[in-house]
Amino acid sequence: MLKLEKRQSDSRLMAYLSPVIAIVATLISGSLLFLFLGHNPGEALHTFFITPLQDVYGWTELGIKVAPLVLCAMGLTLCYRAQIWNIGAEGQFIMGALGGGYCALQFLDAESSWVLVPILLAGMASGLAWGGIAALLKTRFNANEILTTIMLNYIALNLLLWAVHGPLKDPSGFNFPESAMFADAALLPLFNESYRLNISILFALFFLVVIWTLMARSWVGYQIHVMGEDAKAAKYAGFNSKVLTWVVLLACGALAGLAGVSEVTGPIGQVVPQLSPGYGYAAIIVVFLGRMHPVGILLASMLLALTFMGGEMVQIQMSLPKSLTGLFQGMLLFFLLAADLLIGYRVVFQPTSSRA
Amino acid sequence: MTLQTSTERLLLSGITKEYPGCRANDAIDLRVNAGETHALLGENGAGKSTLMKIIYGVVRPDAGTICWQGKEVQITGPAHARQLGIGMVFQHFSLFETLTVAENIALSLPPQESKDMEALSQRIREISEHYGMALDPDRHVHTLSVGAQQRVEIVRCLLQDIKLLILDEPTSVLTPQEVTDLFRTLKTLASEGVSILFISHKLDEVTELCNAATILRNGQVTGSCNPQEVTGEDIARMMVGDDTPLNQDYEKTEGGDISLAVEALTFRPEDPFGVSLEGLNLNVRSGEILGIAGVAGNGQDELCALLSGEEIAESGRISLLGDEITRLLPEARREKGFAFVPEERLGRGAVPNMSLVDNSLLSASHRGLKKKGWINYSKVRDYALNVIDKYNVKCANEDAQAKSLSGGNLQKFIIGREIEQQPKLLVCSHPTWGVDIGAAILIRHALIALRDQGAAIVVVSEDIDELYQICDRIGAICDGKLSPFKATNEVGIETLGRWMAGQFEEHHAAEAANA
Repeated sequence: MLKLEKRQSDSRLMAYLSPVIAIVATLISGSLLFLFLGHNPGEALHTFFITPLQDVYGWTELGIKVAPLVLCAMGLTLCYRAQIWNIGAEGQFIMGALGGGYCALQFLDAESSWVLVPILLAGMASGLAWGGIAALLKTRFNANEILTTIMLNYIALNLLLWAVHGPLKDPSGFNFPESAMFADAALLPLFNESYRLNISILFALFFLVVIWTLMARSWVGYQIHVMGEDAKAAKYAGFNSKVLTWVVLLACGALAGLAGVSEVTGPIGQVVPQLSPGYGYAAIIVVFLGRMHPVGILLASMLLALTFMGGEMVQIQMSLPKSLTGLFQGMLLFFLLAADLLIGYRVVFQPTSSRA
Repeated sequence: MTLQTSTERLLLSGITKEYPGCRANDAIDLRVNAGETHALLGENGAGKSTLMKIIYGVVRPDAGTICWQGKEVQITGPAHARQLGIGMVFQHFSLFETLTVAENIALSLPPQESKDMEALSQRIREISEHYGMALDPDRHVHTLSVGAQQRVEIVRCLLQDIKLLILDEPTSVLTPQEVTDLFRTLKTLASEGVSILFISHKLDEVTELCNAATILRNGQVTGSCNPQEVTGEDIARMMVGDDTPLNQDYEKTEGGDISLAVEALTFRPEDPFGVSLEGLNLNVRSGEILGIAGVAGNGQDELCALLSGEEIAESGRISLLGDEITRLLPEARREKGFAFVPEERLGRGAVPNMSLVDNSLLSASHRGLKKKGWINYSKVRDYALNVIDKYNVKCANEDAQAKSLSGGNLQKFIIGREIEQQPKLLVCSHPTWGVDIGAAILIRHALIALRDQGAAIVVVSEDIDELYQICDRIGAICDGKLSPFKATNEVGIETLGRWMAGQFEEHHAAEAANA
């Protein structure tokens, strides 16, 4: 009989091994799935995970997707450290895109790139405000942030749909639900004209370092950590949990908002209904898969970015549905949560005795 | 007197249980006879709990045999243990507060026995009366005192045909009067042939009650004796080894100027099970230890939280060295020289999943460990290492998680962390509760040393012996009211017992005015 026994101290090895176990289990399950669908698993996995990265273009596309994932994931890391279960990065991302996009549409004939400053700030402020609503509901009414942030995601999405069907619709756009294309000056600078990769990846790396430093060295980072681990100890030490709740939700909102505005001023270049393939949700998986550690988050972002690209690739090359992306992401999280049990517990084998 | 029979009831031989990193039980032999009251003694982490869990079937040994009434058995679980006639009362009760006594007991019985609640209530009444433990089966558990809740647990064991009753530190939550009642019950049980395994830290109780004792240290049996024939000192020596000084009489002092002054402090808690405090007055002098006795749940927690700043009083005034601190946040109070050792070590005094280094920062950050919002980790590490070294905290290293430490070692760490802040006022809640003798001696020593440096210390405790040993002035709290406080040697144990039961109203007004 297998039995779980509590470890005396958490296993550090398992904490790092668990994502590896999850990835291996996902690959195995994925192979079985492809086999079941009547495809050669080796070939399918190759198309899903390897083909997208076989040229420079592939890697630059990966970078475009890593940037929003890292930004959202760093914001979520702050929240999850404090055990504020913010599921709302997706909504904050959309609001950032919408607010920033609205601002960009006010500067359609801008010629200087300085116009990006108010646009990016407007995006961050919109995301921040959206996070602020959840913070207000949490601190003022003690409303569960999981529910409020999920609901706010849907409100944000519907606001976006309303905006592109109404006030932000391009008057000369043949009635398509899209805004006008932004001015060239309102687009994020590219590294190289042949590729779409823009400087948003630098924002991502910058905030990766900033948030990491804050969490590792600053007093407020320590307070956030204590509050998440042990609310009574935080009270004993005299930390103000309401203020900390505001801090993490606003910060996450601003970062997700920056990711959103970078998306519309980056690869998209206008406000469209399908802004996000689900970056805000995928970032949740990134945080846990990356062990809330910056290097881990960077690697996990690359893997999750790859699942977005792989989904498109199997659709194009093997006419399999794109929703395989969501399936792979879901399996990753599922196996990760299961494997995480082994951090605090170990499996022991106990021979069953004849007596019941 | 208890019946002495030589019938062997339980025989353990060579019981070994290994956990990762520690051998909790190492080839333990134990023999309990019928009708014997057998004490199991040892410091925290000596392996007592593991051994109890093995006997009760919660944990299975890696090696060794258990003989029950002469036959070798494999105890597969608590249900099996109960079926054999083994009952256990844990230190922390497992009762549903919103259910009645009878309902709670019915939950632990086999379904066929718990169908007829009328008959069950009748049996509960009979058994509880027979053993002198009055219990009303229809009362809701949350209305019962801690002592009465413990009686529910014991009666629950007695409903079955019991042959061995295991009690894990049963007296740690009781008033002296309740302890006397409990002992009377246990003696009756023993005279009827029930064997009792009694775990305790308190040697006087062991010498009063038990006629056999086994002493554990580091997972091994280091001695056995008949407590009726040896002195408490001998037993203590077997428990701690040869090099630790035992009991010590500390000199009492009068103290200097008033350090902490509490005036007309009133507080109504949000928690419906909390205790309201009404117009409390209290003075603590620098260089004295003031002891507050009382049974848990009489307002100690609320008073401590008001002093620490975790809760803010409705009205009244708290001042430390002349500065009013009534509405200050905990961190601001610490900067003025306040320090606090809370009752809950893991999950308030220390964050379970954080390292000792990080836990140092929890309350000591104002000792130059941070600068303009940035933490100086090399100083924090030095602070932790100093505490670990000075207070003899046994841990893997300073990066060990707080939860990996034993209770006594964690308490030494927390006390050390607070004392090393060189506080002007230290409030200590249950400083040595559940802590082994060696650690308790070290902690008391540290408190006395801090007092002699001129700090004011408030000790809230249920351990009366300890209060008498270290406090210069003593009083009690009952139902949110404070008794008078007097020099320890002027307060007899009977007086203190009355105060703990709330019989001080008539003097109170006058005494408070004098204080």
